Parts: sequence; structure tokens; C-alpha cells
Amino acid sequence: MLANTVADLARALSSRKISSVELTQEYLQRIKHLNGSLNAYITVTEEQALAQAKAADERIAKGKAQVLTGIPIAHKDIFCTRDVLTTCGSRMLANFISPYDAAVVERFNQAGVVTLGKTNMDEFAMGSSNETSHFGPVSNPWDLARVPGGSSGGSAAAVAAGLCAMATGTDTGGSIRQPAAFCGVTGLKPSYGRVSRWGMIAFASSLDQAGPICRSAEDAALQLNVMAGPDPRDSTCLDIPAPDYTATLNDSLQGLRIGVPAQHFAEGLNSDVEKALREALAVFEKLGARIIDIDLPHNHLSVSAYYVIAPAEASANLSRYDGVRFGYRCDNPVNLEDLYKRSRSEGFGDEVKRRILVGTYALSAGYYDAYYLKAQKIRRLIKQDFDQAFKSVDVIIGPTTPHTAFRVGEKNDDPVTMYLEDIYTIAVNLAGLPGISIPAGNSNGLPVGMQIVASDFAEAKLLNVAHQFQQQTDWHLHKPEVKQ
Amino acid sequence: MALDNSDVEKIAHLARLHINAEDTLEVTRRISDILVLIDQMQTVDTSNIAPLAHPFDAVQRLRPDEVTETDQRELLQANAPATQDGLYLVPKVLE
Repeated sequence: MLANTVADLARALSSRKISSVELTQEYLQRIKHLNGSLNAYITVTEEQALAQAKAADERIAKGKAQVLTGIPIAHKDIFCTRDVLTTCGSRMLANFISPYDAAVVERFNQAGVVTLGKTNMDEFAMGSSNETSHFGPVSNPWDLARVPGGSSGGSAAAVAAGLCAMATGTDTGGSIRQPAAFCGVTGLKPSYGRVSRWGMIAFASSLDQAGPICRSAEDAALQLNVMAGPDPRDSTCLDIPAPDYTATLNDSLQGLRIGVPAQHFAEGLNSDVEKALREALAVFEKLGARIIDIDLPHNHLSVSAYYVIAPAEASANLSRYDGVRFGYRCDNPVNLEDLYKRSRSEGFGDEVKRRILVGTYALSAGYYDAYYLKAQKIRRLIKQDFDQAFKSVDVIIGPTTPHTAFRVGEKNDDPVTMYLEDIYTIAVNLAGLPGISIPAGNSNGLPVGMQIVASDFAEAKLLNVAHQFQQQTDWHLHKPEVKQ
Repeated sequence: MALDNSDVEKIAHLARLHINAEDTLEVTRRISDILVLIDQMQTVDTSNIAPLAHPFDAVQRLRPDEVTETDQRELLQANAPATQDGLYLVPKVLE
């Protein structure tokens, strides 16, 4: 049962081929069996999961089920979950029991979805390999010596290895799409403002967005149907109801205009990844789509601008961790300044501290114009590039990452090399656009990810394009044999 | 823009972070590397470009100024390292 998509599981539950309790037990069993080698979960909420599964079965029996009632999910440990440890992958929050549920968690609970636990992640979502987690790195299910990507690496690894039916993630610069690519699963970053961020621990507030990680575009549509929509508690959340994302999955791609950016097929792209992408584009041509060369001339500056904007916003957001109201507090502080400084220095890991320092510097007197304002101007140029491109194309397609999953320890001693991992994904966040990564090939036993980007709030178009590709190919159905 | 150790110590103080003396050199080197990456922005002339603070390029909407939150002090303070009589405790500030 565990190898199935959410859509298959939902059909099995509604036709009573399996109960939610049985399904949940199967997943819990598999977590016990494999989490030791993968480290995908920080917390497993077994008791709560079985209680939710029982309630889901009762709801199904009464004929009051929604589509996802009884399906087991894993939440990235960045989402607050009431009465459950919520760590954000940090020592700072290693003792934090959330007093409330995030809006995303609340919506899944109301839909009758079963929470299996909380997944591992880079500390405060700062990383592209899951190696910055206070709770240790996550292994890639396709090759345990490799990283799953980050920051939502635990969620992507858990979906790939069948340790949950679906998962949530967050994406500030690629944190859903890059791990989805490395683990061979489907991951969608919705448009900025499409999903409520209430109760989602903040990293960079002009960029952060929550989204689904799952096995197929159809599953992502089912998940987004639950996640998306207005929320008065998040003032950046779009005040317009979300459409039914499953309604347009089967639309024809005849006449679709696909933009292929020269900058995403340039120097630095692995030849196997390029080959897989060229083959994927040929699949779309067979479906009646037209391939159009486009230009994103400022894409190469996206990483530079991002590493001003994201750290600047992070330095402000993370100032709340002061050892006073919640989270880690150092032992025996001699005075208030010592309390602040030692609590923060002992509670945060190296990468988080590095970004706080960069952000503080970029915002400090005398440097604001040269860094922060300059980065915001570059941000507009990047957004204008996309606006220009979408005048002549419907979607933009390219690789999600320059290469497949790298080895644990290969890049974590050089922050700048790690930052450049996100060269194809970051611009999408800066422009606030929706982007999805779906499996599109395999290179030496490792999955290749394809990124599809659409204009503001065109998630339905993205999912339609991805779903049509998945009707023609079976890359999304390939599964790793996880070694214990 | 290259930084020296004293710049990093000053920034660390602004961010209320403590850096051990033996780590300062390494932290300074890492941050200087990041600034080299960031400085690639300076290769583009942006003098006539308006800054974009936010993907919507808009201000946040406001809600009516009404009380919507209930008192949950005890629940919220359950996570605090030290409290007394509903107050958060910190080391003595005034002698």
C-alpha cells in the first residue's frame, strides 16, 4: 500500500479496501524500520496519529469524509503543532512545545489528515543539504552517502522512502524544489501569498512560502486544495479564494508555449541533467507544446541579491530568540547582555549565525544603500525579466538543480559553493512566482529534477503541465530501494 | 568589501552574538567570501530602478482595530525559561 500515490490511497480508503488505522500502522512500522538510517523524522507522533486515524475511519464510515481524510502526512518541523515538539531543526527550539497549530496544520487536521510526525530540516530552513540540522543530517534514500537536499530534506526523503504518503515543506530560495529534485519526488512552491504562513516559523518574510511535497502533480493538487486560501491571521496571505486545482489537470497542452531560458542551460549544468531535460522537452513537443528560447538576463545576480535580502530579513526575524520568553537559555548569565549573547551563540548553529551577521551588516548604518537597497533594485530587474518572458510564454521550464544529489560533506565547508546550488530556484522566490520540481530522468541511479515556473497565482497551469508530463512518463513512479 | 576582525566583532555585538576569540579569523574569512559573492550586484547599473521590497509591490492590508486575542498568558509562558507571578525573569538590570 505504501508505494501508492495519495490519489490511489484516497480511493482505497473510500472504497474500504483499507482503513486509515491499518494504513497509519503500516507507515509507523516502516518509520521504525528505516528512520534509523534516514533520520528523516525528528519527532514521530505515534499515539496522536493512531487517534487521528481512528477518528478518520469513523468519519469515513459516517460518509463525512473529505478527499484526504485518513491519509498520513508528515509536517516539516517549521510548522507549529500544538502540544508537540517544534524545533525548526535548531538547538534554540529543541525544547519548544508549541501552544498552537500553524494554519497549514489546522487545515490538514480539519480535513481529517493523519499527522505521523515532524520532519528534519536545515536549521531555521537555512541550507541546501540538510547538514545544518541540530538533529543531524538526513540521508538521501537513493544513496545513503548523499544529501537529500534542503532545507525540506526530511520531508522529501520521507516521501521518497515511503515513510509518509505526503509531506509539507517551505521554500525561501528553493527549499521545496531542490530536495524534491534530489529525492525524485514532486514539490511545489506556490506563489508568494497563496498559502497562510500563520504558525510557520519565519526565516525571510518577503520570500517564505509553504507547499506540498508528494509523489505526483495530482497529489500536489489534492494537497494544495487543502493548504491554499485566505487567512485573516496572515496579512500577506492573498484574500482571494483558491480554485480547485484538480479541475484543470487534464487540460490539453496543445499550443502551450514553453519558455526555455538560455541561462538555465549554460555553463555549470551537468550533461546528464541537460540530456534528461532535452528529452523531457521533446515529450512536451509531442503533446503539442511549442518550445521558445527566452532570456532571463539578470538570473546570474539572483544568488547575490538573495544573500542580502534573506539574511537581512532573517537577522530581524531571529532577533526574537533572546533566551527570555521561549527557547534556549544559557546557564548562569551574569547580566542581561550576557544572557542574550550566550543564549543566541549557544542556541544557534554556525550557518544561522553567519547569516545573521551578514544580514546585520547589510542593514547597518552606512551600508544600507550599497547592500539592501541595491539588492531590492536587482530584485525588480529579476521580476521584470520574468514579466517580459511571460508576455510570450505560458510556462518556463529548465533543470531544478545543476546536478544530481551530492555527497554528505562534499560542500558544507564552503558556504558560497553551497549557496550557488540554488542558482535556478532563487530568482523564482525573489519574483514571488509559483514553481514546481518533478522527476524527469535518472543519472547513475540518482533522480533528475525538472523545474516548471508559471506567472503569479498560475499554480493550476503548473499542475496541469506537470500532470500531463506524468501521464506520458513514469519517472515519478520510480522508487529507491532503501538500505537499512 | 573586505572585513577585518574588528568589523566582525562590531557586527556580532549589534546582532547580540558572541564569537570566541579563536573563531574570529575563520568567521571573518567566511563572511568576506560571502561579501565577494554579494558584490557581484555592483556590476549592474541600477540608478534608474526603483527598489522592490516585496513580490506584490504593495503595502500590507489593515484590519479593523478590534480586540481579537484572548488572554493565554499561562499557556504561552509554559515555554518560558523562567517566570514569576506572570512575569518573565531576567538577570537584574538595575542595582
